[in-house]
Amino acid sequence: MSSATGSSAAAAEFARRRQSPVQQLQNLLHKRPWLSPLLLLFITFLAFFIATPNFLTANSMGILFQQTAIVAALAVGQTIVILTAGIDLSVGAIMVLSMMVMASLAKDGGMPGILALVIGIALATFAGMLNGLLVTRINLPPFIVTLGTLSIFTAIALLYSGGSSIQAEHLPGLLNFLGDGFAIGDFRLTWGIVVVVLIYAVMAFVLSQTAWGRYVYAVGDDAESARLSGVPSKRILLAVYTVAGLIYGIAAWVLIGRAGSATPNAIPTANLDSITAVVIGGTSLFGGRGRLIGTLIGALIVQTFDFGLSLMGVNQQWRVLAIGVLIVVAVAVDQWIRKVKA
Amino acid sequence: MSTIEKLPLAVDHIPEGKRHIYDAEPLLSARDLVITFGRVVGLDGVNLDLYRGEVLAVIGDNGAGKSTLIKCLTGAYQPSSGSIRLEGSPVSFRRPQDAREAGIETVYQQLAVIPALDIASNLYLGREERRKGPLGSVFRMLDKGGMEKRAGESVQGLGIQTIQNMGQAVETLSGGQRQAVAVARAAAFGSKVVVLDEPTAALGVKESGMVLDMVKQLRDNGLAVILISHNMPHVWDVADRIHIQRLGGCAGVITPQSHDMGEGVAIMTGAKTLSSP
Repeated sequence: MSSATGSSAAAAEFARRRQSPVQQLQNLLHKRPWLSPLLLLFITFLAFFIATPNFLTANSMGILFQQTAIVAALAVGQTIVILTAGIDLSVGAIMVLSMMVMASLAKDGGMPGILALVIGIALATFAGMLNGLLVTRINLPPFIVTLGTLSIFTAIALLYSGGSSIQAEHLPGLLNFLGDGFAIGDFRLTWGIVVVVLIYAVMAFVLSQTAWGRYVYAVGDDAESARLSGVPSKRILLAVYTVAGLIYGIAAWVLIGRAGSATPNAIPTANLDSITAVVIGGTSLFGGRGRLIGTLIGALIVQTFDFGLSLMGVNQQWRVLAIGVLIVVAVAVDQWIRKVKA
Repeated sequence: MSTIEKLPLAVDHIPEGKRHIYDAEPLLSARDLVITFGRVVGLDGVNLDLYRGEVLAVIGDNGAGKSTLIKCLTGAYQPSSGSIRLEGSPVSFRRPQDAREAGIETVYQQLAVIPALDIASNLYLGREERRKGPLGSVFRMLDKGGMEKRAGESVQGLGIQTIQNMGQAVETLSGGQRQAVAVARAAAFGSKVVVLDEPTAALGVKESGMVLDMVKQLRDNGLAVILISHNMPHVWDVADRIHIQRLGGCAGVITPQSHDMGEGVAIMTGAKTLSSP
């Protein structure tokens, strides 16, 4: 019998055995999965703090958070999709399509800002729902579905905008609003950052405190068992892709404010950046395990690496290489932690 | 209110203290169940009565229709013809949820537990309880503390001492403990009938003993239990009556007192026939 309360003396002796410091660390990280990304973030901060005096300043931190906001927002949608054992390759494409539609409706269509914004976000929500319908009704793997819609949405965004950008000064104030903010000393906090923090707060609550959140984990961990337990698996999946779409729409609004323009080829690395944030944050690509706070830390780690290295004057190719190494190391450490012996 | 005859009962062998169980009307009755899959006959006119407070074992060779019979009773299959009555009223389950809502819980062979979720979350999966007041009604907030407390009570109520912490993830439990969680879930919500499909198939001796004790506890709590098993010693240990399936039909209903294991297996395989029930 493998129960922990097995009463034999040998078993009790085994349970009391001394653990090496490494084993103790492994145990601690296993119990608190968000701790290792947090530790990594701390080390990253410390390293850049030592390496360059320009890093840990109010001004730099403001820029770092603004840079992180977009990917962090996209990564929320990516997290809930990955929790269901899916993957979303169309995150960036949906965001860009939504952004171009918002900007174009406001500038060329002469629509009031609020109407353009609502239509843009609704379109992103609908795009997410389309992914969900293909996954749940036609039973296609999420990888294939979103690989297809990645091309479709990207192409539509390019065709619709004619490939040209729309500058912020041609747009109504509401669409640019999230780029505004307020300064606390040298630290500049934009409304976009506030919105992203709110998205995290709401979704973290939904995932950890509501039945719907439980169902997301259950469907991702074992869809058949969840169905037998009375969880409406397909409805949950459809809802997850739809909510993800909604979040990409809001991210589009944040992006216009941040970039000061709507460009059809904005953030080409958005897909992989969002997946990287989720993976470094400790969420399993096999679904059912992970936390939103990990994703936020993951997004911060990636951006801190990129930002810190660029402050040090390291060129783009080396930064990309460093982040690649970071992903492999992070996942390897994660695997090591999961092999803990209870 | 029942309009059908009880099936004849071989209760001569039932121990004295249990006779009263069979004086009552059956809780669940199936008559002339037929189901076909294409040209294959799954069930060929099966009858079954289940009483409150008994363990009815269903045994039979592979392909004899044990699982098919159970799936008809729990809404996973719809019989092609025949009738099912619960407490005398005809019922027709279109989905497993219908049977569950009527008070029939099933513990599947593959358990249907979610490894990453904790014990309390698994027990309440699909029927979570929300907090009182606006936190629950507006913000849809789960009553985690209350669910953990009640989960602890139902696990303790089945006499399981080895599981203490309801916040423990199910993946950290042994096979027997996982089975216990699945049975506890059925017991907590199965107001009338609990169906167990091969609950001891993957377990060692000691853990099997624990699960069989739980089965007896369910019965003593007044539930009707259907137990599907290949393990004859386990069946003869816990069953009050034994329904033998053979070639899609019922080859007879015996009791552990009326027939020994050898005879039971002989009837199951067709080496011996039971003249009258």
